[in-house]
Amino acid sequence: MGKVVDARGLSCPQPVMMAITEMKKSTGGELEVLVDTDTAKENVSRAAESNGWTVVEIKETGGEYSIRIKKQS
Amino acid sequence: MRNFLSTRKGIVLVGIIIGVLAALLQKLGNPGNMGICVACFIRDTAGGLGLHRAAIVQYVRPEIIGFVIGSLIAAYAFKEFRPRAGSAPIVRFVLGFFAMIGALIFLGCPWRALLRLAGGDWNAIFGLLGLAFGVWIGVLFLKNGYSLGRTQKTYTAAGWIFPLMMAGLLVLVLFKSGSLFFSEEGPGSMHAPLLVSLVIAVIIGFIAQRSRFCTMGALRDLILFKHVHLFSGIVALAVAAFATNLILGQFNPGFEGQPVAHTMQIWNFGGMVLAGLAFALAGGCPGRQLFLSGEGDGDAAVFVLGMLTGAAFAHNFSLASSPAGVTSGGITALIIGLVVCLFIGFTMREKAL
Repeated sequence: MGKVVDARGLSCPQPVMMAITEMKKSTGGELEVLVDTDTAKENVSRAAESNGWTVVEIKETGGEYSIRIKKQS
Repeated sequence: MRNFLSTRKGIVLVGIIIGVLAALLQKLGNPGNMGICVACFIRDTAGGLGLHRAAIVQYVRPEIIGFVIGSLIAAYAFKEFRPRAGSAPIVRFVLGFFAMIGALIFLGCPWRALLRLAGGDWNAIFGLLGLAFGVWIGVLFLKNGYSLGRTQKTYTAAGWIFPLMMAGLLVLVLFKSGSLFFSEEGPGSMHAPLLVSLVIAVIIGFIAQRSRFCTMGALRDLILFKHVHLFSGIVALAVAAFATNLILGQFNPGFEGQPVAHTMQIWNFGGMVLAGLAFALAGGCPGRQLFLSGEGDGDAAVFVLGMLTGAAFAHNFSLASSPAGVTSGGITALIIGLVVCLFIGFTMREKAL
């Protein structure tokens, strides 16, 4: 399991900025981003894809989302 | 389920719909190049409530009410209603206040800046450049860790407070309450039929909530991430409004004599620098703040109340521009606003980012 970015309670662009920072630090593998709005969920997924990552799974629990993204190392 | 309106095609479609409907609202009676102007309409609403006594800009605009209600309906329909609050509300109030001061020096929010451009008012170019510059300053702060901190989940009823306030306003305006002020001349007297405005605004509120349409976000994401997603939406809005204006004979190119506009370009630019910076620090343009308020965001609602208060101050203290140009009070307020926004940007940073 890779690193977890907790962006709950933050509004865009911060979740996207935090996710991109981690993506840039990472050499590949998995990353989990936690958000709690649909806007942030869509924006983080979109940003991941445009940075060459794949969205593996989005899990919803009680109005919060866990977005798992992956990149081949 | 995939949200079509948040795809590229979706956001372009939303931009087109807003552009066409805004031009139509002007045809149906709204002021020139002001089919929709969130800042002006909040200002008119402040006047309608008697919070300022500028007799020519008093009308509780159903568009503002409709935006919030449309967004609320969309949020419930798609299970996105998220009651939340508590991310530095007082700061958001102040940002809303000065965003309004800046917008009223230019005479329009970003939506109206685009609509003015689409109507041939070239003065809007300076406003849009100022907006981009203000957002750019905001992006610098964001890159250096600027954050208003996390919001908290709250009661569903708390998320309903602002939509209920709008519902209350709607009741007053539907029954033409004698306590409200209605302009008899000037921009405040020019409006599309109430129910037409309301229905169009509910539609726009609905699709804007689904698509996350935001003019400030469009510029911010372009500058910060080189993402053109939201930007394609505002381009679509301007092009669609331009095409509709051409068809309806509402396109009158030039600098002089444009409706509810002045030609003091440095202040058109400067006003929107302040507004753009305040929007960027608050995370959304005035339209977006209304849509967020509709989906339960109490902090966005506080921003809107800041705008309402800013509008009242702008007219009570002669800070708002007129077609004759900027006022000396307006220039002072602009400088104070910039200092306050810079203070907020420099001091509110999360090291953890």
